[in-house]
Amino acid sequence: MHVLRPLYVVLAIAGIILIARTFFVPEDFGIQESGYMYGWYRKANEGEWRALKPKYQGQEYCRDCHGEQEKQVRSSRHNLIECENCHGPARGHPDDPQKLTLDRSRELCLRCHTYLPYPTSKRSEIKGIQPDQHNPGGECADCHNPHQASKPK
Amino acid sequence: MKLALGGSAALALTHGLNEIFRPVALHAASRPVRWVFLVDTYKCIGCGFCVKACKLENEIPFDAAVSRTWVERYVVTKEGWVFADTPKEARYGFTTSRVELGQGRHKDISRDMIDKAFFVPKLCNQCEKPPCVQVCPVGATYQTAEGVVLVDRKWCIGCGYCIMACPYGMRFFHPVHHVAEKCNFCYHRIAQKMKPACVLACPVGARRIGNIKDPGDSVANTIMTQRVSVHKPEYGTNPQVYYLGLSEEVR
Repeated sequence: MHVLRPLYVVLAIAGIILIARTFFVPEDFGIQESGYMYGWYRKANEGEWRALKPKYQGQEYCRDCHGEQEKQVRSSRHNLIECENCHGPARGHPDDPQKLTLDRSRELCLRCHTYLPYPTSKRSEIKGIQPDQHNPGGECADCHNPHQASKPK
Repeated sequence: MKLALGGSAALALTHGLNEIFRPVALHAASRPVRWVFLVDTYKCIGCGFCVKACKLENEIPFDAAVSRTWVERYVVTKEGWVFADTPKEARYGFTTSRVELGQGRHKDISRDMIDKAFFVPKLCNQCEKPPCVQVCPVGATYQTAEGVVLVDRKWCIGCGYCIMACPYGMRFFHPVHHVAEKCNFCYHRIAQKMKPACVLACPVGARRIGNIKDPGDSVANTIMTQRVSVHKPEYGTNPQVYYLGLSEEVR
């Protein structure tokens, strides 16, 4: 029955592919908890993502050594702001890096303190300035202490 | 020799078949954790600290024009015009009242022209039925048991189907790894009970994460009992980032 030969070829190729995939596809690749449609993957990848080290540590981490500054900030209206928002992510500090990348630029302050007159947003309730009228070009930190925001130096 | 070879081939063949046609595995396991997100647009002040934190935490090159999360500004004028922009994904926040119109053009809209204006943070919706996962031809993107959609960087072939499939435009090519990239609620952080970087960085509590399966969770409680909405429900993706104060102008 030579007319069936192409069929044998197709079956043989399918068989070879199935045999090959047992050797090439990792043990943990297959259908996982989320089911066939959304959970067809290599299970070990979850662990690879989990193993990444967090960079932002949070205020509690800073408090251990910088308690005084933390207390100062906490008594001001800037107590809402995480240390690392301005000082940079703290992972590895103080060993490596010994110094964090502190952003004390005018632009950083303007993130919140450019006055925007938006009636349905909390933004308009924040004390703000018109950047092109309030000491343009000057550094905010020259007059204002970021840790004690309400009091000018 | 011949017999052994034939035997192992047969074993491998049945193993391969079993992998593909295993009906038991089609039933998803019940989940003790399902991560959801709650964004309060009333609280957002457009400082962009979330975008900064996200980029640094997840090593997305800071000056690249892509981000896992961004903040949009909507300004609706009294004449009914809607202006929306997200200058540099708001990685430096919103520091001017001039709204970007694209192609280097700007528009300054004065207070007495504005009916309403607000900020909308955007991030991956971790859809219950993620279209980006469905289209992946190699099984490189998937939904974990906790409902978070991840990308396997070793498995991704960079075909870009998922980037086209996401109705929210959340996916992009990672400029360094050259594979599909997306927000994953900082999976490495929530796995060890830390907040996602954007949630930590938000000074006003506009971004919160919670477990919808936990009845004691305040975020879950808000979603179940308050009036919340989601982006583009008409796509049937069942998004799991809920918004308070979403407006019809938001796309």
